Formats: sequence, C-alpha cells, structure tokens
Amino acid sequence: MSRELTYAEAIREAIDLAMARDERVFLVGEDVGVYGGAFGVTDGLYQKYGAARVRDTPISEAGIAGVATGAALTGMRPIAEIQFMDFITLSMEQLVLQAAKLRFMLGGKVEVPFVLRTPAGAGTGAAAQHSESLENWFVHVPGLKVVMPSTPADAKGLLLAAIEDPNPVIFVEHKLLYRTKGVVPEGYYTTPLSRSEIKRTGRDVTIVATSLMVARAMEAATELAREGIEAEIVDPRTLKPLDAEPLVQSVCKTGRVLIVHEACKTGGFGGELAAILAESEAFDYLDAPIRRLAGLDIPVPYNRELERRMVPQVTDIVEAARRLTKEAR
Amino acid sequence: MTDSYAELSPQTLHDLLHQMLLIRAFEESAEQLYLQGMIHGTMHLSIGQEGSAVGACAALRPTDYILSTHRGHGHCIAKGARVDQMMAEFFGKESGYCRGRGGSMHMADVDTGNLGANGIVAGGVPMAAGVGLSIQMQRQDRVALVFFGDGATNEGAFHESLNLAAIWNLPVVYFCENNQYAMSMAIGRASKVDRLSERAAAYGIPGVTVDGNDMLAVYRMTCEAVERARSGGGPTLIEALTYRWKGHSKSDKQRYRTKEEVKEWQDRDPIARLAQKMIEGAMLTEDALARLQAQVDEEIATAIEFAKASPEPDPTTILEGVYA
Repeated sequence: MSRELTYAEAIREAIDLAMARDERVFLVGEDVGVYGGAFGVTDGLYQKYGAARVRDTPISEAGIAGVATGAALTGMRPIAEIQFMDFITLSMEQLVLQAAKLRFMLGGKVEVPFVLRTPAGAGTGAAAQHSESLENWFVHVPGLKVVMPSTPADAKGLLLAAIEDPNPVIFVEHKLLYRTKGVVPEGYYTTPLSRSEIKRTGRDVTIVATSLMVARAMEAATELAREGIEAEIVDPRTLKPLDAEPLVQSVCKTGRVLIVHEACKTGGFGGELAAILAESEAFDYLDAPIRRLAGLDIPVPYNRELERRMVPQVTDIVEAARRLTKEAR
Repeated sequence: MTDSYAELSPQTLHDLLHQMLLIRAFEESAEQLYLQGMIHGTMHLSIGQEGSAVGACAALRPTDYILSTHRGHGHCIAKGARVDQMMAEFFGKESGYCRGRGGSMHMADVDTGNLGANGIVAGGVPMAAGVGLSIQMQRQDRVALVFFGDGATNEGAFHESLNLAAIWNLPVVYFCENNQYAMSMAIGRASKVDRLSERAAAYGIPGVTVDGNDMLAVYRMTCEAVERARSGGGPTLIEALTYRWKGHSKSDKQRYRTKEEVKEWQDRDPIARLAQKMIEGAMLTEDALARLQAQVDEEIATAIEFAKASPEPDPTTILEGVYA
C-alpha cells in the first residue's frame, strides 16, 4: 500500500523518526517550536518532544550555527534550521571556518555531525533577500556536504542519511517543493548520500537537474517525448561529495547534456558539472557543447513576471533541450 | 555542598608555579626557534599572561572543556597538554597534537578537554554555547570555559553567544583576558564601557573584573563562576586584566604602545608575584625556585628534541581528515 506525503510532511516525518530513535537528535532554530517552522515543516514536533528538544532561538544565525557546531563536537546530533537560505550569510564564519574545518585542523580527532536545513529558492514573491540559492558556496568548502532533495521520498531518506552522517551537512530544501506530493515509504529508511539517481531514462539527451528543476525537467521530458526526443534525467541529489559516474555514463550514452539549476549561472554548480564532464571520458562522446540553463545573473526581482523569467521554466528546458538535439559539432 | 574554592595546598601551588614557568619557557623557546627559522608561520605569544591561564584552568576538572584563542599555548599547557606533542605540532610533525595539520593557532588536546585554540577572534565563543547546551542536554557534570580577548567582545558573535547562554542558563564560563589591546587597538578606543565585565549586565548575567596577574585571585573568581555553572546557576563573564609582553604576533612593531608601559606591566609579573608569595609563606625557597626553572628548561629541551626527531606527515595522506 503506497501513500503520498508532501515534501514538507516527508521532512517532518524524517525528523520525527530520527528524534524518536536517538535522543541526541534535537532541533534548533527560529520559530521551529510553537510556530511550527516558517513553512510549517516542524509543525507538531514541539508538542511531541517539548521545548528542550525543539528549541526556539532568538534571531541569532551565527549563534545557531555555533550552537550546532559546539553541540555536535561534544556528542549531540543537532538539526539546525536557518529560516531562509539568504540568512545563512550570517552564519558563514561558524560554518566555513569552524564546522567545516575542525576535523581537518585537529588532525582527524573530532567529528562535527550536524544537519543544517534551510529553505531556498525563488517563486514566492519574497524578492531578493528571501529567495537565494547559495548551494554552490558550500560546495566550494572542503569539509561540508551539500544535499538538495527533489522529491518527498528523497527528502525523507536523504535527511535520515544526513542525520546519521558524521559530517556537517547543508540540507537545501526548496520552498516551492514543500507542497508537492509524492509516494513516500513508511518507516525508517535512508537514501545514501553521494548517490546520483536516474529519474528518467532516455537516449537522446541528458538533462542534469537539481532541486525544483528536476520536476520541471520531468515535465519538459514528457513534452519532448511527443516530438520523439527521449530525455534522460539525472538528479545528483548530493552536490558534494558528488557521485559523478552516472552523469558521465549518461552523457557517454546520449552525447548531449543540458545542465539545469535555479541559481544564477555565473559561479553556479553547472560550471562545476560542465568541467567535470569535459574532463571525463564523456568528452569523447560529446556531439555538441555542454549547455547550461540557469538563473539570470540578477538579484531576484519582486515583480511576478520578472521573477518568473529569471528562473528556468518548463518551456525554457524544452526549448534548450530541443535546440541541443539539433546542434552538431 | 561544593568542591569549588579551597585554599590550595603547598604542593598544588608548587605544581601551578611549575605550570606557569613551563608556559613561559615554552613561549620563549618558541620565539627562539622561530627566529632561528626552525618554525614557520607566525605565533601569538602569551608571555605575561600565565596568571590568567593557570588560575582559570586550576578551577576546572579534567572532564571540563575549554575553548581557546589564537594566543592559546598557555591555556593548552594549563589544561594538561604535553609540551613535546605541542612542540611537534609547531614543527608541523605527524606526532603533533593535530598531526601537523593545525599548527599554533589550532592546537587542541581533546583528551584533556581542550577543544582547541582558534584562529578566528571570538571563533570559539558561539561554539562554547553549543558545548554548554550539549552538557545540559546530556545532564553531564561538566562546565565549558571559553577564553577570548578584549578584542573579541566587539564581535557580533560574542553578543549572540552570551545571550543564548543567558536565556538557556548554560554551564559556560566566559573568560575574557583583557590584555589592553586587540592587535593595535587599545581597549579604551574600542569600547565606551570602562570595564568589559559591565557588558554582562546586557545579558542579565554576573560579570566580574579580576587582576589577571594574580593567579590566586583568578583561581578564586573562576571557582565561583565554575561552581555557579555546575550547580545550574548559568553563565558568568569574567574579565581578567593582564598584559602581553610581546607584540600581537611576530610581525608586530609595537608602535601603538610605549616601552614604559610594557615595563610597568612586567613589574607585575604573575610568576614573580606567585613565587614571592610562596617564599614569604615559607612554601618555597630561592633554591627550589632555581631547581624548578632548571626542570622546565630540561622539559622544553626534551620537547624540542622530540619534535626535531619526529617524522614529517606522509604526503600521500594529504587528503585525510576532511570527512569523517
């Protein structure tokens, strides 16, 4: 019997299961308690676990990151929340210079096991300071792991895996995914980190997509299929450490690759993927240049139509993939 | 009942004096080795601040935690680290506390509860709140003491951490070593408040100022704060007034202070003061002091030999330690 949950419910279920089985796990962040989380993700957990383990904080992002680091260093398994990924900028020192580096600097003698969950992305009209996608900043920091689930089932399994992982994990959720539904297995299960997944098989073009773009790519693939173009969709799920092999093998098969992400193109994860593919055996199989489709290099505008145009939409993915299949070397 | 402040026995005083002498000898030899080109990078020497390091750590148990600063060699020794493994870390050797990966500013000895020196001013302060929370949630009979300087009290993270520790009643002792200067900025120019301990009022926690060069006064004050933390009374801010005899780091030309001022503070040498007190109390003789000095010189010499003889890290292990 399969049941559907929303992405938000799946995340909540993961947190609930982790907290029930391991008393070292606790939540810490702004409005995670009685309020139930700014996006309702932690709703009900305060009533179940109490104020000590579902711990509201003042507005202190550096403090939240520091508390997560110090607690993880000394035997706890915190799940910290930064309410909007934009505000992670206020946590940077503790995340980048402490959490990411302590194990290495101390000769491997400590561990910093925490998960920092954060809602990212545009599309809610919240404008430039509440719509960021900063995942690639953290991909660039050795010592951190970066996970971006695209479906409810992945969100639950990856979060449980991240909680079990002995490293600091930045777990990037997308606001527009919270209400999307999908089949989610019951009970406790983990989806391995650093394992990319083929979400759809195809032979004509590879589309590598992250987070919200996976669903849009899937929609685009349905449309492309009507034109006889079969797209293969690969979802890395964990950006760092990346499981590149399925991406490489897919491109060897199709010879054409379109990378799609929401974050703005310059300095985005797509550049990293393009270089990895160019340096791999896939290079010999390319029939066209590696193409990226990403957010425009602008802060997220308030105007609804401008905000829509800034980020790749289904039609943009269809057009880009179609164009790619017609390109020749 | 508390096991906090108790008059220290002559033997304990002797051991603490030994610790202070060891710190000074370590720092002086580190400077020498640097000038001889045997150690690279830079160092932030704590000569002159032995009273606050030793007095504070004397109030702690082996199971209590400390977090330290970039000027952390003294804290490390006072908390029980071995000078040979510290020296090896300085030399970047595999047998150093951090396998040569951390160096002076990231020296840590987890087995003695030292969660590390830190290269970021106030870097350890937010983490200390996390350590305190961890202790509280696990119902452990421990406290966390975090060292930081006067400069650190102006970092935003300082504010956030003390506030969190206050509202959650965490078992943390915030220990400020006010040595009068950040790098070149005198504390009088950096703060409008006369005594940094006054800032405790902003968080609703107790704050005290103590003569940082009076090791016994530091010990007594820290015992009180530790006892408060351990018994569920929450955090304290201690401000220990002290002075670093050397510049901020090796590149410091010390343009921002006078030689007269340095001399004034050297006349308040925490080591000389303790030795004097012990001699007056018939707990120490000049001969015994000389023997103690010879002993620490020997310990340091042995540590240096150990460091020199230790192997470099194997370059094939360069990628180790990033992820658990």
